[in-house]
Amino acid sequence: MVTRPFKTVLISLFTLMLFSAVTVQAAADKEPIWPSLKTAHFGDKEIRENADDLLVLEAPKRAEDAAIVPITIKSLVPQSADKFIKNIHVVIDNNPMPYSANFRLSPELGTVDISTRMRIDEYTYVRAIAEMNDGSLHMVSRFVKASGGCSAPAGKDAAAALARLGKMQIRMRQPTVGEPVQAQVIVSHPNYSGLQYDQKNRKYIPAHFVDDIDISYNDKTLIKVESGISLSEDPSVRFTFTPAEHGKLKAVIHDSKEQEFSMEKDI
Amino acid sequence: MFIRNLSLWCFPGLLLMQVACAQDQAYPIEQVTDGIYYHQGVHEDASKENFGAIANVGFIVGDDCVAVIDSGGSYKEGELLAKAVKQTTDKPVCYVINTHVHPDHLLGNAAFKQAEPSFVGHEKLPAALMARKDFFEKNFAETLGEAYQGAEFISPDQTVAIGEPLTLDLGQREIVLTAYSTAHTDHDLTVMDKNTRTLWTGDLLFIDRIPALDGSINGWIENSKKLQQMDVSYVVPGHGPAGKDQWQQGWQKQLAYLTLIREQIRAIIYDFGTIDQATASVGLTQKDNWILFEDYHRRNVTAAFVELEWE
Repeated sequence: MVTRPFKTVLISLFTLMLFSAVTVQAAADKEPIWPSLKTAHFGDKEIRENADDLLVLEAPKRAEDAAIVPITIKSLVPQSADKFIKNIHVVIDNNPMPYSANFRLSPELGTVDISTRMRIDEYTYVRAIAEMNDGSLHMVSRFVKASGGCSAPAGKDAAAALARLGKMQIRMRQPTVGEPVQAQVIVSHPNYSGLQYDQKNRKYIPAHFVDDIDISYNDKTLIKVESGISLSEDPSVRFTFTPAEHGKLKAVIHDSKEQEFSMEKDI
Repeated sequence: MFIRNLSLWCFPGLLLMQVACAQDQAYPIEQVTDGIYYHQGVHEDASKENFGAIANVGFIVGDDCVAVIDSGGSYKEGELLAKAVKQTTDKPVCYVINTHVHPDHLLGNAAFKQAEPSFVGHEKLPAALMARKDFFEKNFAETLGEAYQGAEFISPDQTVAIGEPLTLDLGQREIVLTAYSTAHTDHDLTVMDKNTRTLWTGDLLFIDRIPALDGSINGWIENSKKLQQMDVSYVVPGHGPAGKDQWQQGWQKQLAYLTLIREQIRAIIYDFGTIDQATASVGLTQKDNWILFEDYHRRNVTAAFVELEWE
């Protein structure tokens, strides 16, 4: 009479113990999270790995400062009207929100040479997945070790960052029409990731961050970045483009609180 | 052989032996001057072996009670420090002062809870704690293992505002707590013992170990210059030896490092250079001047770069 429910309790207790043992084991082994991320973001599409003939991803071996890890993505094949990279998806496996950014690229960009700065909290793979205009996917990845010591992904001076919220810079050398030039768009923004770390779901609750960066030349978008909390405070995008004629380089920043900031530069 | 084994036994902490061992070479406490005691942290990153005891921590003994200044890099170090206090004096601990948020200075807080002291910090310490504690918890529980167990992130119940120094009386002994604008962090606090003119700098001063920038390079240079001018007799830095003799040179060396990297980073930014270019070239001549240079220098350059970009 009493044995049955007791047995059930015992069994569920046992299952629970087994389950927690498995969870602990998985955490200790850092079971690769990529297969499930791949399914979540790319479904059953095939991704060609080690696409070193197409893409270069530069990332430091060790994140010197967890809050600011510079990464660079370059294409070895120039953009052309019939063959171009449409999207570059950046995935940081072990970040709170692994799908970190999508760089939508115009064929008019010419050369793909883009740098940005990411938060990297722990040992992780950083992946760049190029989606071609024909829909095919090509990936390169780098392993980045976490920084040691007191480095935390939190901002260093929250008050200073907030005080200059929305301030922007377009930094570049004096450009020449027809010549490739490097430009950098930076916006002062805390890119605040939210504080409550939800251990169970492995994510933070997002709070206030830049979710869109649109960079255009003469009203034609060159790069559109859909971004999130993996981007460092004061998000920065550095890129190469070739102005075919005189005109206006414009950057428009949109954030999760529907604020918009913009800046233009005449070339 | 026997003695070696004995000191090894002190570490896991057999209850009876701990009292006898607290003052042995495993956790030495040094007297800086009258009533001022500190433990000098090792120049390493936190690990299970050093149980996070990498920063300088210590205490000031007054006629009525004791102020602990920074509590240690783990719960275990907090316990060792609490024992050292008990061995030195029978006065109770009335204040635990945290000079800033970094785990090597603050993870021992919970070991003093029983004495019900007042926890004191910079007015921006609570916010800094909130923003970082999950990250620190996750990382340091792993890094420190057993030594971490028991650690709690205790927010100060008394805070010090910039421009409004706080004086605490330990009984015939006044100490002055001063809060700074962003420098090493955005919430640095120093403690000055009036009787002996001893200044506890927290991590505003690093001696021998490379300074680690987690605030503002401009602010740190500015505040270092002011601190260097202060009329003091003894200094307890955040890292490195305390005393009478080395601190003047310490400030100079730290300022030379910070000023040099600032100058070189500014030149790179002016030339539209990148963080990668800066970390590959800036400040490399300073390599032999600092312990742990390889571990923190590029980080300093990175942090300074993104600040100086907005000048």
